[in-house]
Amino acid sequence: MMNENTIQINNPVLSVRNLSVAYDQNVAVKNVSVDFKKNAITAIMGPSGCGKSTLLRAFNRMHELYENIHTTGEIILNGTDIMKLPPIRVRRHMGMVFQRPNPFPTMSIYDNVIAGYKLNGIRLKHSEKDEIVERSLTDVALWDEVKDALFKKGTFLSGGQQQRLCIARALAFNPEVILLDEPTSALDPIATAKIEELLVELKKQYSIIMVTHNMSQAARISDFSLFMYLGEMVEYDKTKVMFTTPKDKRTEAYLTGKFG
Amino acid sequence: MSMEIASNSHYRDHSTARMTKDKLFLGIVIGLAILTISPIVLIIYKLIVKGIKQISFSFIFETTPNTYEAMTALASGERIPGGILNGITGTLLMVVMAALIAIPVGIVTGVYLYENQKKKLAAIVRNTADIIQGTPSIVLGLIAYIWVVKHITMGFSALAGSVSLSIMMLPMIVRSTEETLKMIPNTLKEAALAMGVPYYKVIIRVLIPTGFSGLLTGILLSVSRVIGETAPLMLTALGSTMVNWDLSKPTSAIPLLVWEFYNDPNMVDLIWSTSLLLMGIVLLFNLLSRQFAKSRK
Amino acid sequence: MNSDRITKIVLLSVSMLILLIAGGMVFSLVKGAIPAFQQFGFSFFTSNVWNPTEGKEQYSALPFIVGTLMTSVLALLIALPLSFASSLFLGEYYRGTRAAKIISTMVDLLAGIPSIVYGLWGFYVLRPIMVDLGIGVQGFGVFTAGLILAIMIIPYATSISNEIIAMVPNDLKEAAYSLGATRLEVIQTVTVPAARSGIVAGYILAFGRAIGETMAVTMLIGNANLIPKSLFSSGNTMASVIANQFGEADGLKLSSLIAIGLILFVMTGIINWLGKYIIKKFE
Repeated sequence: MMNENTIQINNPVLSVRNLSVAYDQNVAVKNVSVDFKKNAITAIMGPSGCGKSTLLRAFNRMHELYENIHTTGEIILNGTDIMKLPPIRVRRHMGMVFQRPNPFPTMSIYDNVIAGYKLNGIRLKHSEKDEIVERSLTDVALWDEVKDALFKKGTFLSGGQQQRLCIARALAFNPEVILLDEPTSALDPIATAKIEELLVELKKQYSIIMVTHNMSQAARISDFSLFMYLGEMVEYDKTKVMFTTPKDKRTEAYLTGKFG
Repeated sequence: MSMEIASNSHYRDHSTARMTKDKLFLGIVIGLAILTISPIVLIIYKLIVKGIKQISFSFIFETTPNTYEAMTALASGERIPGGILNGITGTLLMVVMAALIAIPVGIVTGVYLYENQKKKLAAIVRNTADIIQGTPSIVLGLIAYIWVVKHITMGFSALAGSVSLSIMMLPMIVRSTEETLKMIPNTLKEAALAMGVPYYKVIIRVLIPTGFSGLLTGILLSVSRVIGETAPLMLTALGSTMVNWDLSKPTSAIPLLVWEFYNDPNMVDLIWSTSLLLMGIVLLFNLLSRQFAKSRK
Repeated sequence: MNSDRITKIVLLSVSMLILLIAGGMVFSLVKGAIPAFQQFGFSFFTSNVWNPTEGKEQYSALPFIVGTLMTSVLALLIALPLSFASSLFLGEYYRGTRAAKIISTMVDLLAGIPSIVYGLWGFYVLRPIMVDLGIGVQGFGVFTAGLILAIMIIPYATSISNEIIAMVPNDLKEAAYSLGATRLEVIQTVTVPAARSGIVAGYILAFGRAIGETMAVTMLIGNANLIPKSLFSSGNTMASVIANQFGEADGLKLSSLIAIGLILFVMTGIINWLGKYIIKKFE
């Protein structure tokens, strides 16, 4: 099932088998099978339009929000085939962070962090909420910056702070996996560096899968790299290995800047 | 299978109940949306069923009968004689007249607003147009009564009716002109100006032709809105049993005839066909304006 | 003078016409209303008497202000769930689909039906139902008028809130979905809060419409010149009393009707300004 350009992962947190995604008749992701390592950062790379975001968004079944997108295959999270569960029961086990920071503009910073609980109709005690907010904001190194402004709107923060708030929102539920879709593409270099630092810190507790169009970012912080091209998974390996000795010609071409 | 996922979370998420609620809500939304549009179907159905049989050649080309004629016809079980020609011509006269007043003023004002987007005076003009647009038509009837009926024609008149309708049309044309022109790329105008074309020629030769279908959409829509207006005409044109082309004389209109037939038990049979015709004309203009709006995109 | 200057002057002076019209409207309404205000003073707003008997003439706007508010508020309350559901249907659930196109065309057509046709339909279809239900005086009254008004204002409330709901950024909704929310929960916690002021503005503008509607109300409200005792009593609105009483009016009565017209003008002006202000702030 796995091709020769794929590394074997033991005890994966997330496994995907024969995953295909089609927009109407156009297949954007073709028959991808891959395992993701626990407590590691895996980068999904590839030229634009290669299907990397489409693949990531399939993991927490975001595609099912749109009628014209069809997903087939198996997605196994910690041993459970989540394709067989209702999507709303699945999604919060995988935190998601988007390209542009998108804190809820009508909610305070505090409410943004615990939005997941609220949305899922889970009632918490005051003390529990406070604890979750403090822990999540501390995890994203935002606590000291906002602890005196918790009840202000999140939209007044800088872009980098907003994105960290969004990561905190995704962490609040203690998800098994965090999915990030080019999380730094809308940020300046300093804010980007902070987020990268943060992700390296977070992998001690969480398993991280991120889409990036930025090769050097993948090289800097990821442990594993997955290269996609034209909807196919071309190569999957330890980042160090892939960047030094790519097995596939297309990977090599991409890494040497011949396209994308 | 799902046990592991479920046990990972020590919180109960009531997800089954939430999904049920979600489906239920969608059902309610669909139900209420259908309920919302049901009146239009019911109204058109009723108009057609009750009105179609009265519509004929003479209905369109003869003037309204008097009560006695209608009563006699009713008593002998015949079809009520006559038609609504006086209403058709009256509506035509007053709407055309109103359009002749409102279109030039409206378009010029719209061009002014477009050319002076940021100016304070333009903002005042724009807000004033909005206030007039929000003014109830019956108040516009009062105004035309005070201005025209009492001071110009010294009696109820087609002119007074036209004035009230034109005040109603004016803000709609102003705003639609401005919105249309705003969508024309600036480069088009600049290209013409760069060639040394005088400003007025740019307006007449470039802006208005480019935005033509947009302007037409606004005009047709405003016409479709005023054709059905009854209240202001009650206060101004009053009505007439004869075909009248004299602006200074009382004049009938299709909606005024509906009101008259409604109030006259002998003529009741005529209201449905008259309303059907009125509705048909209004919808025709409405659909025409949509067609032009579509062709623009 | 060069042609560009002349063009500018022509544009400006023609545009001033609309200010002149608005100014003239205010002037004429105020001038026409003065005799009534002078005669009745403050009681024009507080008394409950509308008595055209010569020698004992006494007019008041209060019954009609109350009648207008009752019918319009009722209309708004009835229209609210219907137009909210329709705007969710159009702007959220079925945005861009065939079904949405059909529904939105139909809703637009509702706005195109002349008031008098609504009145007829209300009189011949709605009123008999009211009679069967034992509502109102022979089916006439505030309730029947409010019901027909509700149908008439739905398109105004719907078109604005549907556009605003459709404008709520997709990435906000996706963020909520990614946290495990159902569609209803996304609507409750993201879409509606983000579109709130636009939705409210739509209802305010629709309310402004309801206040000034004339013919359909005139045909259904029962035309009684006193404060409606209940939702099912007859009454009159400001617009309907003008339509009803204008025919035989002159002197003090005409002045009183014009005064009512002025009040109506001011009220709709304020409501529309409020609605536009909220929309502007929202943008």
